[in-house]
Amino acid sequence: MTVAAQENIVRTSQSVRVGIYLALIVFALFYLLPFGIMVINSVKPLIEITEGNMIALPREWTIDPWLSAWSTAQIGVEPTGLRPYFVNSIVMALPAVAISTALGAINGYILTKWQFRGATLIFGLLLFSCFIPFQIVLIPMARVLGVLNIAGTTYGLILVHVVYGLGFSTLFFRNFYAAFPNELVRAAQIDGAGFFRIFWRIMLPSSGPILAVCCIWQFTNIWNDFLFGASFASGSAAPMTVSLNNLVNSSTGVREYNVHFAGAILAAGPTLLVYIIAGRYFVRGLMAGSVKG
Amino acid sequence: MSMNLTTTDQDLKTRLQNWLPKIVLAPSFGLVVFFVYGFIAFTLYLSFTNSRMLPSYEWVGWQNYERLFQIREWDIALNNLVIFAILYISICTVIGLILAVFLDQKIRGEGVLRPIFLYPMALSFIVTGTAWKWFLDPAIGIENTFHLWGWQSFSFDWIKDRDMAIYAIVIAAVWQSSGFVMAMFLAGLRGIDDELLKAAQIDGASNFNLYRRIILPQLRPAFLSAFVILGHLAIKSYDLVIALTGGGPGNATALPATFMYSYSFTRNQMGIGSASAVIMLLTISAIMVPYLYAELNEKKR
Repeated sequence: MTVAAQENIVRTSQSVRVGIYLALIVFALFYLLPFGIMVINSVKPLIEITEGNMIALPREWTIDPWLSAWSTAQIGVEPTGLRPYFVNSIVMALPAVAISTALGAINGYILTKWQFRGATLIFGLLLFSCFIPFQIVLIPMARVLGVLNIAGTTYGLILVHVVYGLGFSTLFFRNFYAAFPNELVRAAQIDGAGFFRIFWRIMLPSSGPILAVCCIWQFTNIWNDFLFGASFASGSAAPMTVSLNNLVNSSTGVREYNVHFAGAILAAGPTLLVYIIAGRYFVRGLMAGSVKG
Repeated sequence: MSMNLTTTDQDLKTRLQNWLPKIVLAPSFGLVVFFVYGFIAFTLYLSFTNSRMLPSYEWVGWQNYERLFQIREWDIALNNLVIFAILYISICTVIGLILAVFLDQKIRGEGVLRPIFLYPMALSFIVTGTAWKWFLDPAIGIENTFHLWGWQSFSFDWIKDRDMAIYAIVIAAVWQSSGFVMAMFLAGLRGIDDELLKAAQIDGASNFNLYRRIILPQLRPAFLSAFVILGHLAIKSYDLVIALTGGGPGNATALPATFMYSYSFTRNQMGIGSASAVIMLLTISAIMVPYLYAELNEKKR
């Protein structure tokens, strides 16, 4: 490791390096503590939270808050726990991620390898749609979902997430395919390969990393969405984030902090799991896509 | 993409091949035109009508906008947005840059540290809000902990204080997003050509000058991206406020996004709600349109 440090372009003295390590560790604590404390307090009896110290380990360990959050806690009017809403979020997120990613891939392919007049304008329109404040579409969307008879359902939310996820998925694939050598596409064309064959045989097989990046991004965004869920799917079709908020901010009864924390960790679970398994694709995606080197 | 093909059969095939991309792109294009631009047009139209609980089509001109800017809560929301955006963007950028530069010094354990800095961005703002709401609550969170440790005079009750609550929201927002900015800067740093740095070092540049004169200027695109992304996130901020304070105490932490929601859907002032959404869109457009335009043109070159 000392060898590696000496090979570094920017040379730093030993004392500076100690300072850097200290600062990095302090920041690591800043990021870790809130979640860590939440975990500790989710396995404490409520009395230890209200009368004790938040960073003390539990005197008595219990998994009751987790069981309660999962299957018996009062969400709105029903004592169902978060389980049905967890299922809602899965049923919503998986198809929405798959559809928006598939459309993004083919869009990115077209916008880079089959450029036509107006393609840049179309891409610009798609790109801008990533950044609009969604407040601007809430009112008409509520009406259109009503007309389509999918207001307040998971299907409605899938449609919403596909539509507003298209911009980003197209952006990812467009930037990725822009770096893909045109010569390969041209060579395949000369060999007689058509539009779809080139996509299936040449583009897709080399798209593994960007597929991972796009799926992770879409899944995180869709799972974590609150605004659309709260606007279009309250009640029994609500996604996880909305029901967690209902659980935490319900004004009736005793505030069961330990149950809230268990619920919050359950809501964070899937995205956190994806992040732990495939987090490097986040950074790789940032390097490949959104930042120009 | 044109090729010299002789027979008419191949000619037809080529023409079909030329149309195919447009046909395949059409559904996505249609969805975006309808659900994004059509909807924007509809909301824009509503903002000039006297819509209340339901959309109405009675034209009232600029009345909603005039009334909007007389509403005290909107005034508070705009002020809060300015405070929130400035602090959120600048603190995230500073922390992100420091972390990225430090991590770029061939740090042992970078593989452990980087994911730790970054993981909050995988969480929902509702989860972040649930955690921070409790820390910031003086009766049970950080203040209480210090009291139990014997520091009785310690006070940290921003979230309950009308004047300070918006700063409490900044803390939670920075916790969530600064790692993301770190990742952007780190990607930028890793993209810098080592040869350039070596040359500067042979010329005797100090570390400080190396950063100030060569490395930071090369990070300009990353700075710009960070600014644009954080800026638009700030304007869109909704979930975190709902989870942390619900816009309170009173309406002390109202932001344009919470204002729009409450006026459109709970106070039955859809016309005014639409007007506020249009203002939000215009603000974001002022940041995004020049940025995206420059991006697209640069990539064409």
